[in-house]
Amino acid sequence: MTTESGKKSRLIEEMKAQSGQDPNSCYQCGKCSAACPVTAALDLMPHQVIRYLQLGLEDELAESKTPWICASCFTCAARCPRDIDLARMMEGIRLSVLRCREGNKFGPADLTPEQLEKLPQQALVSGFRKYNK
Amino acid sequence: MSTAVNENAAGWEPLIVAFCCNWCSYAGGDMAGTSRMSYPANVKVIRVPCSSRMSPMFILRAFQRGADGVLVAGCHPGDCHYSTGNYHVRRRLSAFKRLVEFTGVEPDRFEVRWISSSEGDKFADEMADMTNKIKALGPNGKMRDARWQNIT
Amino acid sequence: MPRTGVFICHCGTNIAGTVDIDKAVEASRNFPGVVHADEYRYLCSEMGQDIIKKAIEEQDLDRVVVGTCSPRMHEATFRKAAAEAGLNPYLLEVANIREHCSWVHKDMGEATPKAISLLRAAAAKAALNTALEAPRLDVEKRALVIGGGIAGIQAALDIAEAGYEVDIVEREPSIGGRMAQLEKTFPTLDCSACILTPKMVEAAQHPNVNLLTYSEVEEVKGFVGQFDVKIKKKARYVDSVKCTGCGICWEKCPSKAPSEFEMGLAKRKSIYVPFAQAVPNVPVIDRDSCLYFRKGRCQICEKECPPQAIDYEQQDEIIERRYGAIIMATGFDQLDPTIYGEYGYGQHPDILTGLEFERLFNASGPTGGKIVRLSDGKPPKKVVFIQCVGSRDKARGMNYCSKICCMYTAKQAVLLKEKVPDAKSYVFYIDVRTAGKGYEEFQRRAAEEYDVAYLRGQVGKIFPEEDHLVVRGVDSLSGRLIEINADMVVLAAASIARCDAPEVGRLVGINSDSYNFFNEAHPKLKPVETHTAGVFIAGACQSPKDIPDTVSQASAAAVKAIGLLSKDKLQGEACTAEVNQAECSGCLYCEAVCPYSAISPVEIEERYHGGTLKRTVAEVNPALCKGCGSCTVACRSGTINLKGFSNEQILAEVDAICLQR
Repeated sequence: MTTESGKKSRLIEEMKAQSGQDPNSCYQCGKCSAACPVTAALDLMPHQVIRYLQLGLEDELAESKTPWICASCFTCAARCPRDIDLARMMEGIRLSVLRCREGNKFGPADLTPEQLEKLPQQALVSGFRKYNK
Repeated sequence: MSTAVNENAAGWEPLIVAFCCNWCSYAGGDMAGTSRMSYPANVKVIRVPCSSRMSPMFILRAFQRGADGVLVAGCHPGDCHYSTGNYHVRRRLSAFKRLVEFTGVEPDRFEVRWISSSEGDKFADEMADMTNKIKALGPNGKMRDARWQNIT
Repeated sequence: MPRTGVFICHCGTNIAGTVDIDKAVEASRNFPGVVHADEYRYLCSEMGQDIIKKAIEEQDLDRVVVGTCSPRMHEATFRKAAAEAGLNPYLLEVANIREHCSWVHKDMGEATPKAISLLRAAAAKAALNTALEAPRLDVEKRALVIGGGIAGIQAALDIAEAGYEVDIVEREPSIGGRMAQLEKTFPTLDCSACILTPKMVEAAQHPNVNLLTYSEVEEVKGFVGQFDVKIKKKARYVDSVKCTGCGICWEKCPSKAPSEFEMGLAKRKSIYVPFAQAVPNVPVIDRDSCLYFRKGRCQICEKECPPQAIDYEQQDEIIERRYGAIIMATGFDQLDPTIYGEYGYGQHPDILTGLEFERLFNASGPTGGKIVRLSDGKPPKKVVFIQCVGSRDKARGMNYCSKICCMYTAKQAVLLKEKVPDAKSYVFYIDVRTAGKGYEEFQRRAAEEYDVAYLRGQVGKIFPEEDHLVVRGVDSLSGRLIEINADMVVLAAASIARCDAPEVGRLVGINSDSYNFFNEAHPKLKPVETHTAGVFIAGACQSPKDIPDTVSQASAAAVKAIGLLSKDKLQGEACTAEVNQAECSGCLYCEAVCPYSAISPVEIEERYHGGTLKRTVAEVNPALCKGCGSCTVACRSGTINLKGFSNEQILAEVDAICLQR
């Protein structure tokens, strides 16, 4: 996946590796946006997120609120005629933005002793969410 | 005088037997000719009706008789004139290639390729590639019946 | 030892320019079995052919090798010449020293030895050639058309007009198919019945056409020219000869069932003709709903029928006939959109498929031609059309484009506006595809003159609210959510293959693609042929298509069938596989790999220790075999050989090519 200027976008490559989804499979029918229960609250509609990925507009994507509002309800994935798992893509974008743009927000050192006490369950849940897909 | 005796001498030229299916690859070879493309004369083509006609026996015989490389070419998967022949050959010869390898012949000496009747350029390229590969490998000594050239 | 003659062609300078002809002729004389070698400037010319013919006669040659251009070019020419000189044509071999030698090598030093090597291989093969005879097959001058829709009717009429007998087998009580269900046809808005009915009547009245309605093909045996077909004529319980089609029976019949023709939107009687213009106009009794068949009493139809045509005792009848060619025209089905939960199809009477909506326009349809909501009988003000319901959907539907939906949706939106002038149509689409004569213009007229709103996007949810349906979709171009309070929703459900297409295909020995549409022999050059000789395909059973394409394809298939029927004898393939049954172990692995079903098991008797032993072995039908040779390699006991490309011949070629001297 290349940006408009032709160079490869690290964010988008990372997103593809994370999610295993290919934005080029999308033909922009808009089913995801029509199905999404929170479309009204989004600054970029789900199908537009994929369009931005196709065009390599990584800066705009990194600034969009859409991936952070996405609740991973998977309606888009269930309805997509191209078999694209957009919810997984959104998760990929979130991870990629964190990794490529802002580094790791959380390290063990950032955690307070109280948090550490609670860690196993949280770590399990977030580890599952981030790495087990 | 047989070249088999002094094949390690300078000026050794490999012998490559190419089995081509009548409908795609052989016609692809015709297309290479019609387009006046050029490939090494080391390759000699035997026409078979379909790549699925290829018995492993033919390939073994070529190696026995002194061929340094064997190429089988058929229609692209899905394009077989007899609809499914190349699927059979794909399975048969990929298993056979393991056997060739097991006998000690370098696996690169035996290849299966899909060449359509319009791909004259691909035909010429594959023949040149094969020749270069075999030249790099040198003469094939495995499986060869060294006496045959002299007694025939 | 054979007496082989070798003839080398200069082809002007095409061969002679890079191959030293004299050297090649000289070398050829030393090949085993060669008694004569010659050369000529243009061997394919009359003069050149005469040289070969003369040598065959004078030198008593029994094998001929020509070193010329590709056998794909002139093998037939030289074989014909050999035959004229009294030699079996399959005793001639071609060494391709032009395309595979002189044209691809620049240097005489490398082209000449290669040419000699190729000639040696051809001579070695020729020595093992045997005289072959291509089987001559009889042709039954009658065609079978399976399916009586517009494709089948068109194909049958074309064949009948050419002077051949043709039978149409249709499983419904009437011919007509899908086209009979349509109200108007795009892009000219011709009334479908007005153009179809005359063709149906023509088919029924044509002396060469025999209609077998309410019938199904049970079994197909044989091969091109001689298909032996068993057709089951299902019992109608009405004597077709006596019946006058007066209609009293179905008027009086007290029991009803959902009408298949009306897509279940209306009811028909238990004794019925599917639609008013049915051909033949002879009713059938549906056993499942008929009171007499269910409960043993009623018999009103029998009492009322003036010519006493009702016959409850009628039995299914098996008809056995032989045909020279078969045309498959079995048509298509519509995808059931209930799999799309978000559209709510089946849960609300005002959510219809395209074909169901089409029936509302028809004067004899469920609403008598009035466009009204099936829920409350009121005319709709807002109708939402949704495209690609199951088409272009690799996740839940079909990956392909159904081709007709864009156009019939535009047509229905136009017809709607004409019937209900204050109605507004909305079309949710992904792409509008209007390739066809006059199609784009028609669709643009719908959008511009008939006020049809085209919204590029899809619908996420449809749900009833008060007396309307809320359609929530998106317009992807503006990036806006669209909510429409619709009165009706029409789903352009995908056109799909008949659910039993693979089984029907198997009956005649043709295969289908991953969507169950029948496979053509070549996607471009053999669009109506199949891999089974003598079986042709037409219409939507091959892929979704509109009426003009269907009719063209049907006529094309008819021409292919006519071409076949016009021959007195068919020339089979000479190079066919051959089983040595004495050595065959009967594993029948050959049968499994044969793409033409040319190999079948046969029981033979052998003498064994004084008694006889029955054994199953493989047998090749030379009429069906195309000579690919796949079976020869599959054969575990190595007992199948291919005539013309035998193991021995190919090995002789290998030996000759590998001989380096």
